Amino acid sequence: MARVTTPAGDQPKAPTMGAGAVLLALIPLLLLGGLIAMLVVTGAGLGNRTAPPIEELTVDRISLPAVDQMVVEVTNGGADPVTVAQVLVDDNYWDFAISPGPEIPRLGRATIAIPYPWVQDEPHHVVLISSNGVTFEGEVAVATRSPQPTAATFGQYALLGIYVGFIPVGLGLLWYPFLRRLGRGGMQAVLSLTVGLLIFLLFDTMAEALELIATTPGVFGGAPLVFLVALLAFGALLAVGGAGKGRDASKLGVAYRIAFGIGLHNLGEGLAIGAAFALGEAALGTFLVIGFTLHNITEGIGIAAPIARERPAWWHFVLLAALAGLPAVLGVWIGGFIYNALLAAVFLALGAGAIAQVVYEVGRLIVRQSREEGAPLLSPATFGGLAAGILIMYATALLVAA
Amino acid sequence: MADRTSLTRRALLGGIGSLGALGLAGCAAAARPQVAAPPAPASGAMPGMDHGGTTTNLGNMLQGDVDPAANGFDPMAMLTDFDYGTVSTLPSGQTLREYTVYAADKVIEIAPGISFPAWTYNGRVPGPTIRCTEGDRVRVTFTNGSTHPHSIHFHGFHAAEMDGVTPVAPGEQTVYEFDAAPFGLHVYHCHVPPFMRHIHKGLYGTFIIDPKTPRPPARELIMVMNAFDTNFDGANEIYAVNSVGFHFTKHPIPLKVGELVRIYLSNFTEFDPINSFHLHANLFNVYRTGTGLEPSEFTDVITMGQAERHILEFTYDRPGQFMFHAHQSEFNGLGWMGIFEVTEDGVASAPFETAARLGICQLT
Repeated sequence: MARVTTPAGDQPKAPTMGAGAVLLALIPLLLLGGLIAMLVVTGAGLGNRTAPPIEELTVDRISLPAVDQMVVEVTNGGADPVTVAQVLVDDNYWDFAISPGPEIPRLGRATIAIPYPWVQDEPHHVVLISSNGVTFEGEVAVATRSPQPTAATFGQYALLGIYVGFIPVGLGLLWYPFLRRLGRGGMQAVLSLTVGLLIFLLFDTMAEALELIATTPGVFGGAPLVFLVALLAFGALLAVGGAGKGRDASKLGVAYRIAFGIGLHNLGEGLAIGAAFALGEAALGTFLVIGFTLHNITEGIGIAAPIARERPAWWHFVLLAALAGLPAVLGVWIGGFIYNALLAAVFLALGAGAIAQVVYEVGRLIVRQSREEGAPLLSPATFGGLAAGILIMYATALLVAA
Repeated sequence: MADRTSLTRRALLGGIGSLGALGLAGCAAAARPQVAAPPAPASGAMPGMDHGGTTTNLGNMLQGDVDPAANGFDPMAMLTDFDYGTVSTLPSGQTLREYTVYAADKVIEIAPGISFPAWTYNGRVPGPTIRCTEGDRVRVTFTNGSTHPHSIHFHGFHAAEMDGVTPVAPGEQTVYEFDAAPFGLHVYHCHVPPFMRHIHKGLYGTFIIDPKTPRPPARELIMVMNAFDTNFDGANEIYAVNSVGFHFTKHPIPLKVGELVRIYLSNFTEFDPINSFHLHANLFNVYRTGTGLEPSEFTDVITMGQAERHILEFTYDRPGQFMFHAHQSEFNGLGWMGIFEVTEDGVASAPFETAARLGICQLT
């Protein structure tokens, strides 16, 4: 079996660092400091900048905490400070209060409170005008009062997360006794089905992350950030998985890692659901919940498949369901109350990395079993399972309207 | 009046409160002590009466105020700023009026905190109001101090050479000379392509030729309806009279009960095909293009294309605050809104800030 090795584990021990070596490392840094100082002082010989500043302000979120109240959160992702001079709502200049102040420094954030009489269920359009007359726009798709973090809404959101996360995963795990009765060919098919499900989730999660990151200021990295976070998460989980040297990667461990990856994915789903509810976009609330429940029930099979030949204690199943399902609750809370697109994209990218890692791990399991049987890797059972997994996820995803 | 204002405000807050905006109402109530009550006029109206008034603006307002001194021109002062030129008599006995106009690039503040890279005549938008009497010899020395070629094209009778369609290069000078005719309310503007940019950046102004027998004495006001496309996307962000959005809402124009008011109104709005003027609680006589001495219409809304201009005459026979604004609601919300404050003595109350009056809800 090919063992994954961590770079750290196989590195030869570095020779001790002398003061001379430290100095050698510092020389480029000192020179760099000198260069930057020179550039700042001389203006790099490019003369004074005559062009007007390029202003870039992103509307992160618009919430409606109460009747006649609109709150706009913005981030300055540009190279220069931006001063918000006036605010328009639906083509009307409107009173506003901006905190901490109208001048938003580079990478700074500000919150603008507008006492605007918004209209239930109708769209609203917010425009911010900078001191240079540049306009930045934001939209409320369907106006409805934003949920407030009260005990009641916390409870409701938790319930929502349990419905779409914990319960379907738990139900899926109940297929465990059935899976135990499957023959070797059947097991290979179910493991392949798991890989299919996970591959669908991987693409779905990445697409979601890329969609979200596109709404954030480009300065934070954009699409490359999503790919790099996913790659790092993938690598880190591989490294952690291979760190337990001598101990054979237990199948229960695989199940836990699958549950963890799915948990991060469900956190992302929770974010989307919470945000949709908060922004009033989830008009089809019940239908949305049914869709996600059906969609996620297959995730339970994915978790149960690797341990079909083991006999873990019952509480492992509760823990697995919790690990995979409960993050959805957290996601709904975050999405509903403190939604932040950048954070959500990073979470989703982490989830994608985690899912990629379990795809790799379960894939290895299938490869090993195929070798033991001398069967081809791509048999009707394995490919059929894979295709079925993807198709099931695709079909159930059609039920999710939001 | 202090009573009236706070009554209306309280009624407004009550309305909001009943809708459930406890937070907002609370904040507004907290802000109430900051409110400076405007001084009472000599003769107040009945409390609770609708004065077409100021307190119904909710939060539809620009925040802050433009400093006229820093900006180089004051929309209020522009109302009555007539340039009669340097007057002398020609050997023929004809009156000669000499004017000096220069073009200059200038950043102006067209709404509190919003700067606009304007092209100006004499450092202001609209340019100076050139006024003369029919038959006068008008001599305008125009110097182009801008970075682009400009000109002055006067409406009215003149020779082809004086039509102002020849661009005057930066740093160059030219003289436009003609006999003022016909009497009426005219306009002038730059006539260098691309016209759209030269107009909307601010190169226009009012040109009044008085009839030889003057019109009856009146309180005369020059109003130019204009707008600014601050982000240069082909649509205006700010609408105003005399350039600064909501200026006359924040600073009501004082009028006197019973006095004849004469508005020289012209339209230099770019991008939008029309603009309009509506007067509250009153009607006005319209002298179209000011070329006649008999009114052609008695109305309260007049709609005008670009460069159309009319003289409006009216009298308020009761005190109170009366709005005037475009009757395109969109333009109202974007700054084209003002108030006449009619009092017995013709002195307006102190300017006000809606933000202070209504209270902005500070989220904690």
